[in-house]
Amino acid sequence: MPASSIDTYQFDNGLTLLVEQMPWLESAAVTFLLPAGCQRDPTTQPGLAKLTAEMLQRGCGNLPSRELEQAMDQLGLARSTAVTNYHTRLSAAMPATRLPAALSLYADLLQRPLLPATQIDDGRMVCIQELLAMQDDLSQKLMEQLRIRQYPDPYSRSAHGTLEALQEISIDDVQQFYTQNFTPRETIISIAGNVNSKEMSQTVNALFGNWTGHETSQINTTPPPGGHHHLEQESNQTQIGIVFPSVPYSHPDYFQARGAVGVLSDGMSSRLFSEVREKRGLCYTVFAMCHTLREQGCVLTYAGTTTERAQETLDVLLSELIRLGDGILPEELGRLKAKIKSGLIMQQESSNSRASSIAADWHLLGKVRTTHELSQILDDLSCDSINHYLANNRPTNFRVVTLGQDALDTTGANTTDSTSTNSGVL
Amino acid sequence: MNNQAAVQSNIEFKRHTLSNGLELVAECNPDAVSTGLAFFVRTGARDESIELSGVSHFLEHMCFKGTPTRSAEDVNRELDEMGSQSNAFTSQEQTVYFCSVLPEHQLSALNLLSDIMRPTLRQSDFDTEKQVILEEIAKYDDQPPYGGHDAALVKHFKSHPLGNSVLGTAESVSALTQPQMLEYFHRQYSANNLTLAVAGKIDFVKIVEQLEAECGDWNNHDVQRDTQRYSTTPDTANITNIHKNGTHQQYIIQITDGPSATDADRSAGQLMATIFGDDNNSRLFWDLIDTGKAEYAVLESQEYQGSGIFLGYLCCPPESQESLLQRYCQLTTKLHENGVTQQELDTAQAKVCSHIVLRSERPANRMFNVGNNWIQRGIYETTREAIERIEAVTRHDIQKVLDKYPLSPATTVATGPEKEQH
Repeated sequence: MPASSIDTYQFDNGLTLLVEQMPWLESAAVTFLLPAGCQRDPTTQPGLAKLTAEMLQRGCGNLPSRELEQAMDQLGLARSTAVTNYHTRLSAAMPATRLPAALSLYADLLQRPLLPATQIDDGRMVCIQELLAMQDDLSQKLMEQLRIRQYPDPYSRSAHGTLEALQEISIDDVQQFYTQNFTPRETIISIAGNVNSKEMSQTVNALFGNWTGHETSQINTTPPPGGHHHLEQESNQTQIGIVFPSVPYSHPDYFQARGAVGVLSDGMSSRLFSEVREKRGLCYTVFAMCHTLREQGCVLTYAGTTTERAQETLDVLLSELIRLGDGILPEELGRLKAKIKSGLIMQQESSNSRASSIAADWHLLGKVRTTHELSQILDDLSCDSINHYLANNRPTNFRVVTLGQDALDTTGANTTDSTSTNSGVL
Repeated sequence: MNNQAAVQSNIEFKRHTLSNGLELVAECNPDAVSTGLAFFVRTGARDESIELSGVSHFLEHMCFKGTPTRSAEDVNRELDEMGSQSNAFTSQEQTVYFCSVLPEHQLSALNLLSDIMRPTLRQSDFDTEKQVILEEIAKYDDQPPYGGHDAALVKHFKSHPLGNSVLGTAESVSALTQPQMLEYFHRQYSANNLTLAVAGKIDFVKIVEQLEAECGDWNNHDVQRDTQRYSTTPDTANITNIHKNGTHQQYIIQITDGPSATDADRSAGQLMATIFGDDNNSRLFWDLIDTGKAEYAVLESQEYQGSGIFLGYLCCPPESQESLLQRYCQLTTKLHENGVTQQELDTAQAKVCSHIVLRSERPANRMFNVGNNWIQRGIYETTREAIERIEAVTRHDIQKVLDKYPLSPATTVATGPEKEQH
């Protein structure tokens, strides 16, 4: 398999196109990141980005919604749409020969959506249904609360919105949100797969080159609420979440932090899996992960366990987080490197993962790391460098959120005063 | 449509059978960058008696807890050391242990996987892991559809073993003993009841040599499974509502009979389910999802050896349950009366074939496909053949499936805030 190359094209209207040629594949995938995430929801209208994304798919150009979906299916697009905090994200994978036709449909969808007023109530109901179903998803509920404890608003928001707000949003609000935020200026289009980079840039230029739009507005932040939090819930298990500050993806030390968290949580020989699940049988699911914004990051830790064993689980989790500050062992890092490296190579089997990965890189870094560069960074990572990082950045300032029948004793989490983090400036 | 590109000429199928009956099936692709390996054990919930409920899944966990030559830590550590993406799952009729690695680790991966197929099943590990299983049961009981899936299968299959729960219950798992598991293991993990499926970049000769050396002395005896077809006519008036405190939405599951894993009409069944109940651009989508009447509404076909079912999943606010079920029933009636249009069939075929092509790019996906085809049907099917099978389905085939397997009346179970039966 030859090494892939990544080309970047900047268009006059501010649009960025990234293309990774993977000629050994038969597929191609495209990801669109639009600066229309729920962080742009007006304070009084949580859920507006989500409803706009829903309405966006209800027809475009001269195709009403059914014909649009029909055209996408005939092209064999395996597709998805999601609203994240930063973005409205559309993606599709397909046999590579269908990509130009697919781009043409997406060009209409993003620049000439019908946003049909007659369907606003249907779209609203779709969003309300999702909101209601989300309330039954306990681990997701917990993770959303954890973000709220860590990041300033609006970076901590989830896209679901509230029932009250969703009921009030009009088609004019949707139209206005679309006009303000579906703009080429900060939009990223990434393409990966069996494509020709130059041809793609010409196609994208022809389809999106004349797209115009405003610059998106400034975001004002407010700091997160401090302290721990318990949400009462009638359930068998208590959901336990712990968050603590870390560095973002753009930080020079990111891979030191990521390496440390990998030792904690990646794989079946990781510390959390072996201490919490294998040795003590305390839970079925336990993990920690690095979460990153552009200029701020954190580590999210999760375990779900039955009520009577929840306190022990929280205590073991905290002791493992604190012990991480003492450093990691060379053999732990060796295993982690093997795992990440094989993951990087296997990513070359999927146009979809590459398209999504390079778009995320551009968003977070303003550049793209090739698989080769990532591999080099991984090689340079040493036990000493990670331990040096950990010595200067011991996990601390924990915030605990629990969801279940009983609140837990969180005194073990109060390792230092928690005023030193979260300046609220991004 | 043209999916010619999906035919890769340098892909080759190879197989080998050990004298003890253990089978190896391999799809060799010299251009692949990874190797997928999986032991498919022909055992699952349907092979359990009532007192053994949950043992197949519990045993799947125990296989990672050590062998005569490896501790549990060794197993976990080695899987990570070779950078593998590995896991296992248990279903009604299979237990599958799988591992994706870079090609240079294929023999170490095989060594480890074959070793854990002969686990020690130590009492102390059994006791600790039982707690993990009980946590897993508690976790799924907190998640939609709150045990509704198991309840619907039991209601549909009654005392037939396909109604058995994969996880078992807290009671059944708590009562399981280590000697019971050991006996079940000896009965079900006979060499001839296992298939090793491999896909991607493969050194076939070395894999065969190693398999012979490491698994050639595995014991071998007849393993029985009754695969006679189970059919039932559900009573539509009888909806079971299972109340769950603290929940918001109703989760409804509907089951009717469908084609089995070996029936020729299974492809028509899959396409019918796509046209009627795919999660996008299907009849259920346009009627119930696009309008916001339901959070989701999908129909899937589930094939077993000898039997099959169509499974409908619906989610809506509790106050909408009755009207939603009525509407669902109207949609099935219309489908049975008028069949599907040629345009619907063309679209569904394009969609399904494209997904087959996309999935085929990963050796890990091909490994599941090759292994599953072998143990369920005793066949190897190339990606091109799979596409041809889907493209060969006609409207007439779909009509025959609809005539043979009515989607209404259905076995219906709902979980959520709703208390009383309708």
